[in-house]
Amino acid sequence: MHLYIAKRLAALVPILFGLTLVVFFIMALIPGDPALAILGAYATPENVARLNAQLGLDESLPVQYLTWLGNLLQGDLGRSYSLNRPVLDEVLERFSATLILAGAALVLCTIFGLLAGIVSAVRQYGLADKAVTLLVLVGISMPSFWLGLLLILFFAVELRWLPASGMYAIYGGGDLPDLLSHLILPAATLAAVATGVVARLTRSAMLEVLRQDFIRTARAKGLPERRVIYVHAFKAALVSIIPVIGIQAGFVLGGAVYIETVFQWPGIGRMLVQAISTRDILLVQGGVLVVAASYVLINLLVDVLQSLVDPRVKA
Amino acid sequence: MSAISTSSSAGDAARTPERPKRRSFLRLLLRNRLAGLGLVVLAAIVAIAILAPILPLADPNATAPANRLLPPLSEGHLLGTDELGRDLLSRLVWGTRLSLFMGVAATLVAALLGSTIGLVAGYFGGRLDNALMRSIDMLMAFPYILLALAIVAVLGPGLLNALYAVAIVNIPFFARNIRGVTVGLSHKDFVEAARLSGMGHGRILVSEVLPNVMPVIVITMSTTVGWMILETAGLSFLGLGSQPPQADLGSILGEGRKVMLTAPHVTTIAGITIFLLVMSINLVGDGVRDALDPRLSAGALARPAPVTRIARAKNADDAAPPEGSPALAVRRLSTRFEVGERIYRAVNDVSFTIRRGECLGLVGESGSGKSVTALSLLGLVPSPPGVIRAGRVWREGEDVLSLSREKLRALRGGRVSYIFQDPLTTLHPLFTVGDQLVEAIRAHRPASHAEAWTQAVALLDRVRIPAAADRAEALPHELSGGMRQRVAIAMALANEPDLIIADEPTTALDVTVQAQILALLDELRRESGLALLFITHDFGVVSQLCDRVAVMYAGKIVEEGPTQAVLEAPAHPYTRLLIACVPILGSGKRALDAIPGLPPAVDRLPDGCAFAPRCPRATAACKEGEIPPVSVADRRSARCLYAGEVMRAATEGSAA
Repeated sequence: MHLYIAKRLAALVPILFGLTLVVFFIMALIPGDPALAILGAYATPENVARLNAQLGLDESLPVQYLTWLGNLLQGDLGRSYSLNRPVLDEVLERFSATLILAGAALVLCTIFGLLAGIVSAVRQYGLADKAVTLLVLVGISMPSFWLGLLLILFFAVELRWLPASGMYAIYGGGDLPDLLSHLILPAATLAAVATGVVARLTRSAMLEVLRQDFIRTARAKGLPERRVIYVHAFKAALVSIIPVIGIQAGFVLGGAVYIETVFQWPGIGRMLVQAISTRDILLVQGGVLVVAASYVLINLLVDVLQSLVDPRVKA
Repeated sequence: MSAISTSSSAGDAARTPERPKRRSFLRLLLRNRLAGLGLVVLAAIVAIAILAPILPLADPNATAPANRLLPPLSEGHLLGTDELGRDLLSRLVWGTRLSLFMGVAATLVAALLGSTIGLVAGYFGGRLDNALMRSIDMLMAFPYILLALAIVAVLGPGLLNALYAVAIVNIPFFARNIRGVTVGLSHKDFVEAARLSGMGHGRILVSEVLPNVMPVIVITMSTTVGWMILETAGLSFLGLGSQPPQADLGSILGEGRKVMLTAPHVTTIAGITIFLLVMSINLVGDGVRDALDPRLSAGALARPAPVTRIARAKNADDAAPPEGSPALAVRRLSTRFEVGERIYRAVNDVSFTIRRGECLGLVGESGSGKSVTALSLLGLVPSPPGVIRAGRVWREGEDVLSLSREKLRALRGGRVSYIFQDPLTTLHPLFTVGDQLVEAIRAHRPASHAEAWTQAVALLDRVRIPAAADRAEALPHELSGGMRQRVAIAMALANEPDLIIADEPTTALDVTVQAQILALLDELRRESGLALLFITHDFGVVSQLCDRVAVMYAGKIVEEGPTQAVLEAPAHPYTRLLIACVPILGSGKRALDAIPGLPPAVDRLPDGCAFAPRCPRATAACKEGEIPPVSVADRRSARCLYAGEVMRAATEGSAA
């Protein structure tokens, strides 16, 4: 077990290295002159050249990359032009907000997706199955940004049960209940699609497993049907469900972009959209890098979890 | 591997139904009602989008500040206007056109690039494959939408850039799916043949490989196009896609959001449109997938119920209880697989008795219904599609098939237990064998985990597993085939049964291991005096182990009697041929080819004796009416009009 985790950790190094390469060179491909973009169209050529030198943009790409990587390893992602503060500070602050939102959504989609999928499989072709199938279809066809707007209209504007935007109330608030009340709508919206995907996969994984020979064995040895389904079939189905939950982690991290915009959640997705419009390249770079790196770590966690459920993958 | 060991026990009798004549793709698609509905909605949306230029619509970009935010059904504006007074219906139609175009274009770009990468990687393999797939993995290391954002950040906001971004992030789906299929194809005979004939790689890829991966490409396209429409709309919603005045559905929604509180109809109408579009595409996509890949369709994944469906006519007299108290008595049992209108008579009017402590061999070719018979006894035939249509299974004066669920559960693995064919698939792969034994014990009597574990280790010891205490901690895949089957036997013994039903327990094993397992079973049986129903296709095994034998053919028992007597003078020509197979090769496996012809399909049984078409003795009389079992000697019966002659011919040693 420890060996497996150590191996996986070692395998992270080249992946993270590859990530920095991709992120750096994508940004280097940006047409036009970043210094010009920062200084505006009326900048003098001297000023542009000075800023370029200051940013190290007059060096060759590999040199720029190495300098950038060196700085990165020291925790320096540069300074945001538009916010005039270190990129890392801004990114970490925003990312923690996104993690709260995405984490809540992931928990929701896992719980409800698994429940719906199992019920659907156990009551195959029954009323519950049809209801779940329909909900799944609606869930995965729904544009999440519209669903968010609908929920705001209904729960925040019409019923006034929950706040429509932000992470904390502007006056007072700031405590956990306040955060939770702000979290419910965006997290539910973000989880909707992922729940559909998890439910659909859980259903088919359970149905697939329930046809296996070892399920017949479990019945032949006289196990109660509850145990056959919730222990034998479910554990075997988890093997194919866990990776999908890992993929959903990526979807909710990315999908947070829309939800954060709709609900004014101060997360990294909204920061990225703003940074793209202001062409704050360093901020985009830092944001993308941190989210991608965290996704790599999440995938590692998923793999470790997988190896706990299925010891056969350890080899 | 022989066909026998690969066929699952349910498929054993049903076998794969012959594929009905290839139906047209469209008919298959339309058979799925939801997909049909999706297709209608989608066709309507597409038609309106295509016809947008010639429809009598207002100019989608003509602003009229005086008419801003008119509600739906206003005069001249069916769906009202937006915050600049532009006609919403017109904007919606043009927006749909744009969204549809973006989604389809992105899908085509992704399919083209992704499939090319997949084809090349899968076909050439080696380092090129490695390099390409590692790059694809790198793309997948980014959360999906984040990568699209990064690409838009580089290219700048705009319609085409959003399209490229969405296309690029979808390349991995195509590349991985298509590579997978191509790898399998590139070693197929027809590809090798094309290579040997000197065809260039490019031509082979296009003319030999591509047509075969096309269905996968189509499936992937139909399942991703909905996503791509949502993603491009999403980017536009964020203001990173289409730029004003041009607007796709996402931009309309995004603009409507600013006036959402005063005029919610703008976002609602745009949202509903996106939703309908994407849902109809998803419905059609699911339909396409099911039609092209029937394995995935819902019907193929029917969940077997905990107990076989039992639907018997009320004629209990036909299946009167046996005299005395045998371990088990089966009377007139009929189990069928009912798939649509096809009926496979897997088990057809089968009766037999297993006395206490006796070993009865049930012999037949694969597909003869012997496994289905075994599974029917405790209602373990998967249903759907299995149904027990007639018969009784008597045990201690009760009909097992009429027992309550709970009583049946208590019987299963309690007084009657099973051993199945392939222990690798019949043991749960993720639980240690010890835990699986503990479970079997605790399902039938109260015991703490620790007590049960001690008993489990003792059971493993009893089936001669060395270092039983250590092996109990092993997972099934860590044991050899023979060891696994010993575990399965230990599990069957867990609750001191008086009857074990062993369904080809040695077929999946090496010959030497087979002999050990047979010896073990025989020893255990004599030790504890339990009865054994031993199912096999191998008469050699029967002669070693069984007191009596019943021979099955096409769902019926064609001959039954004491093993020695049947071996010496078989009364049914089929038995005779089956026995003749044994000495030829020693193991029964391939020797069954020695009987010319194939058993009949059990959904189209001929009139009269099912063996007649293959029988050297068959006459016209054999092909008419039901042939009843006749008593041919003491405790022996056979379903053959010429049983007497067959027996005489056997004792005289002449050819059949």
